[in-house]
Amino acid sequence: MKNFLFVLRHPPHEGAGIRESLDMVMTVAAFDQSVRVLFLDDGVFLLKLGQCPHNPNLKPTSPLFAALEIYDVEGLWVEQESLAERGLGLANLILPVQTIRREEIAFFLATADIVVAC
Amino acid sequence: MGVLHLVNRSPGESLALAQCLERACAGDAVLLLESGVYAVLKDSVFAPTRLVESMPRVAIHALAPDLAARGIAAEEVLAGVVLIDYVGFVELSVIHTPIISWN
Amino acid sequence: MKFAIQINSAPWESQGCETAYQFSRAAISLGHEIHRIFFYYEGAYNGLRWMAPPEEETPLLRRWSALATEQSVDLVICISAAQRRGLLEQTEAKRVGKLDDDLAFGFRIAGLGLWIDACLKADRFLVFGA
Repeated sequence: MKNFLFVLRHPPHEGAGIRESLDMVMTVAAFDQSVRVLFLDDGVFLLKLGQCPHNPNLKPTSPLFAALEIYDVEGLWVEQESLAERGLGLANLILPVQTIRREEIAFFLATADIVVAC
Repeated sequence: MGVLHLVNRSPGESLALAQCLERACAGDAVLLLESGVYAVLKDSVFAPTRLVESMPRVAIHALAPDLAARGIAAEEVLAGVVLIDYVGFVELSVIHTPIISWN
Repeated sequence: MKFAIQINSAPWESQGCETAYQFSRAAISLGHEIHRIFFYYEGAYNGLRWMAPPEEETPLLRRWSALATEQSVDLVICISAAQRRGLLEQTEAKRVGKLDDDLAFGFRIAGLGLWIDACLKADRFLVFGA
């Protein structure tokens, strides 16, 4: 078994589709591999509460992560400093996450076999 | 050996390098490639201070073909940056794991 | 060592494809194996048969096909990425009632199962492209 770490650093509705990133996450989980998802920098905005669902072309991204629970994804992790720098707290996020300090990120990265930056 | 960080964005247009260096630790290596090589311009305001601060603990490399493609001559490069070619890139990736792309 | 490579950008979207190609050639020259190159997101466009850049531009498509033929590198376009972007190979095109045959020589289309297979078999995994 390998340890997969997905690092999400970009906000919603920009660049590579979040749905395609999540397809990779769910594939890894379906293959019974260890999978963690780390939200860094602007990636924390993917989880922000209150994304408006009215525009069908700009669907909220946050509920997609709530759905990961049923796929045995071992952890959704958010860097504390990434939240604080953006004026956000855990209460601004759509679901409970585990938090990690910036000084711990190096170890977090080093313990992964495969890092997929999305 | 530590993590290999690949940074392909210029510090003049992206925070990718700064965000990478904030998480890199002793034993890691950084490879600046594609537009990321602009970070090595020693007279630029964008990256040299941050790179110099990181150098004691993190090895900073730049991809020489990408420097040449962008007209960056050896004398313009910040001291302490190790210039490598694609073979050197492969060798770095053999030594370090995992490999993370900052874009 | 065995390498698994993921390419996320289209040929002219960023330099990522060029870097990935040069890395692959360098790795092979050192005796390593490029186990699979998996094209995802906009990387799917690398397999578009109908690319016709101006004559003086380097034909990346021909170089990918050569890599597949000469070095037996497995070039895989993700099927879901391809479908999203309107790139269909013959079998899939027939299945959805179209006449397209968009896949360039040397590439094949497959699912994420081959991506994870490559990740599990390889010693190193790299992502190229914006």
